[in-house]
Amino acid sequence: MEIVMCFVIGFLFMAAVYLMLSKSLLRIIIGTGLLSHGAHLLILTMGGLDGSSPPVVSPGVTDYADPLPQALILTAIVISFGVTAFFLVLAYRSYQELGTDNMNLMRGTEDDD
Amino acid sequence: MSFVYFIFIPMIVALVIPFLYKKVSGIHTGWFVLVVPVVLFGLYTTLLPMVQKGEAHSSSFDWIPSLDISFISYIDGLSLLFSLLITGIGSLVVLYSIFYLDKTREQLHNFYVYLLLFMTAMLGVVQSDHLISLYFFWELTSISSFLLIGYWYKRDRSRFGALKSMMITVFGGLMMLGGFVLLSIMGDTYSIRELIALAPELANHKWFVWSLVLVLLGAFTKSAQFPFYIWLPDAMEAPTPVSAYLHSATMVKAGLYLVARFTPLYASSEYWIWLVTGIGLLTLFWGSFFALKQTDLKGILAFSTVSQLGLIMSLLGAGAISFHTGVEDNSIFKYAAFAAIFHLVNHATFKGCLFMIAGIIDHETGTRDIRKLGGLMSLMPITFTIALIGSFSMAGLPPFNGFLSKEMFLTGMRSISEFDLFAFDTWGILFPIIAWIASVFTFVYSFYFVFRTFTGKHKPELLPKQAHEAPIGMLISPAILGSLVVAIFFIPNIIGDALVKPAVMAIQPFLYTSTSDIKIHVSAWHGLTPELWMTVGIIVLGYLLYLTLSKWQPLYSKFPEGFSLNRLYDCLMFLSEVGTNRLSRLYMSGYMRSYLVYMFTGIILLTISTVFIQNAFDMSFAMISPIRFYELIIALVLVAGTVTILLAKSRLTSIIALGAVGYTVALFFVIFNAPDLALTQLVIETVSVALFLLAFYHLPKLNRHENRMKFRLGNALVAFGVGVTVTIVALSAHSQKLVPSISSYYEETVYTEAGGGNIVNVILVDYRGFDTLFEIAVLAIASLGIIGMIKLRLTTKKEVNRNEN
Repeated sequence: MEIVMCFVIGFLFMAAVYLMLSKSLLRIIIGTGLLSHGAHLLILTMGGLDGSSPPVVSPGVTDYADPLPQALILTAIVISFGVTAFFLVLAYRSYQELGTDNMNLMRGTEDDD
Repeated sequence: MSFVYFIFIPMIVALVIPFLYKKVSGIHTGWFVLVVPVVLFGLYTTLLPMVQKGEAHSSSFDWIPSLDISFISYIDGLSLLFSLLITGIGSLVVLYSIFYLDKTREQLHNFYVYLLLFMTAMLGVVQSDHLISLYFFWELTSISSFLLIGYWYKRDRSRFGALKSMMITVFGGLMMLGGFVLLSIMGDTYSIRELIALAPELANHKWFVWSLVLVLLGAFTKSAQFPFYIWLPDAMEAPTPVSAYLHSATMVKAGLYLVARFTPLYASSEYWIWLVTGIGLLTLFWGSFFALKQTDLKGILAFSTVSQLGLIMSLLGAGAISFHTGVEDNSIFKYAAFAAIFHLVNHATFKGCLFMIAGIIDHETGTRDIRKLGGLMSLMPITFTIALIGSFSMAGLPPFNGFLSKEMFLTGMRSISEFDLFAFDTWGILFPIIAWIASVFTFVYSFYFVFRTFTGKHKPELLPKQAHEAPIGMLISPAILGSLVVAIFFIPNIIGDALVKPAVMAIQPFLYTSTSDIKIHVSAWHGLTPELWMTVGIIVLGYLLYLTLSKWQPLYSKFPEGFSLNRLYDCLMFLSEVGTNRLSRLYMSGYMRSYLVYMFTGIILLTISTVFIQNAFDMSFAMISPIRFYELIIALVLVAGTVTILLAKSRLTSIIALGAVGYTVALFFVIFNAPDLALTQLVIETVSVALFLLAFYHLPKLNRHENRMKFRLGNALVAFGVGVTVTIVALSAHSQKLVPSISSYYEETVYTEAGGGNIVNVILVDYRGFDTLFEIAVLAIASLGIIGMIKLRLTTKKEVNRNEN
């Protein structure tokens, strides 16, 4: 399964990068969302997918899924959520102020040092 | 006495000068300054008897002891000669400047602070025995010279000249630092004396020639040698006392000092001899030739300085040849160093004097343009007399000191043609010829300088001021220098024994063990030697050329202006500015997309090439878990959701598809036994999608027309590259696990040590609680930032204020 996941993650990264290179600000943020999904799945996959039960102590179980990557991902999810929320409000504000979501129109002018 | 502290006296006095200028406005600030060089001159003369015995005075104080960096003042004959020149001519220049600069109109405190700073720097350069402190003072001379050239900073030409001299001398200074660093690594010491003692070992080192060339670059830029002389004529925008002091007598001789100081170290190298002699001679000719093109008095003197510095430089090179011939050899090479130092002293006297004369003419007539001047002899008789003495000495006529050194110079150059090492036997014959031609031109421009200014027809209508004799105070300094010019001719051996021989001792320690070994006697009449006939030839031909000057001087304007070195410098500066500008405009496009492409391409290239070069790709199926049916289905759903985002026409579709991807990820967490992750992912994905929808809803009306993302091959290639890179790295990393997970520890101790059952939660709040703390901080900051963004509207406030106003 890990091999399949590697390809799925690669596909997610590819789509994320393609979206991030586009002109629309909203698409760029969607791209970052895909990128963080890819990264989270990557952490999980690299920890191994071979555990047969959730990492909650229960009698008689020895084969837990690796808890450490899960803790790392949980932290990462929360952080990426915070950043995404911030980005989105930033985008919403820049719509309001600049009246556009086209990144090519948002570049600084030559006098703008 | 510790002479190392005396170096800093001018700098310390400079601190007080602004107070004196503000508080004591009745007295010209220069009078206070004058005390400093006079006292120092007196102090340095007390060392004269010591260096005549061939001894040296050394004192030091530590600067950074842990790095072995200290100020070491090492005063031998050479250093003392330069120190006396700096303080002696410094006194005269300060005296002159008191009468030259107006008390009320000029910013005197600036001037004297810079000048005193320069004096410290120059004393430091000539006395330092430590490479790093030598470099320190060297750059201080560049900086103080920059400040002095740009003294009248409201004039464009001053600022241009200051910048040009700064660029060129600092370039040379940095090269020199490189040479010094190489030297200190080669010899494992910073002390110049110790390096010279190590000279035979260093000569075979692979960096020897590199350090030689770098040190010479420093010396050539500072001493205005070809092709770096171009800053000197532009530095003539400085006040005349500065030109007289820095750009004729002291700073431009720092390069000569450096060459003289390092001669014992490098004399064994033929590169040194060829470069120093050859460049010196080329500069001599070039400067003397183009001096006649100038119409500005100080311009003539600037080119003449360049030319005379070349003369001294070539003599220093010839002096280094004596390393190969030895003391028993009767050739003249061993006298060349003597001639160089002797001419250095002579040049300081007559050139300082001539610059002051040019300043007097400027001051009393209002112009320095030689085409407007003429017939000043009867109006300014004293000035004329001094100018005549200086010019005749520069031309090399008896009974002035220039004659003596010119004779020695011709002898030195003539003997180079007889030297039979390092290919000098083939090319050496050019040396006396070029030297002779250059001397002819020297003669012509000396006459041009003095007779065009003082004889001929007086043209009062062209002069901005009514010409009259200068005040007596202004004439004191040039008169003293002028009388020295004559005095040295009649008593050359006193100067020779007292000053020059100890200096020669320092330049050629491989020849002599004490100053009494130097058996050189300067005489005005040395028989009917070939040099005398050469001098006669110079006078005859020079006089003829001067008489016909008006016939052939227009030829100079025929020289193509486009090929001059100044044009080259201007082009270089222009191109470096415009070129870098264009270059940065080329890749700094301002588009986010470009920068992302650079970054992603960089990541792809670095990673893939590393994997390829290290042969690191490895795929093993050893530790993989089996593929289950519903896992495959979820993976397909995930891919389908992603494809939908890419292909979606409306943004709403892509937002919903992103939500679908997020929920699929949550499903993955469920089937891979991560219940906490699944819970969090579900909640957060819901909130995120809501936020996306909010942002979507507020899109500007104007651009709301929906369209599919245009396919762009470049973007697709970069994206594909990133995807492939991530897959390769993930596969390779997963296949090569070197150590087992540490999670078994958590599994074993989660209940016994931490008292919990949910391992993930215990890790988050107990084992690795710090992560969680700062993740909370991240959320707090994000929410505060969001509130700030929404609540704070500075621009609108400003607009309101503007309306109120």
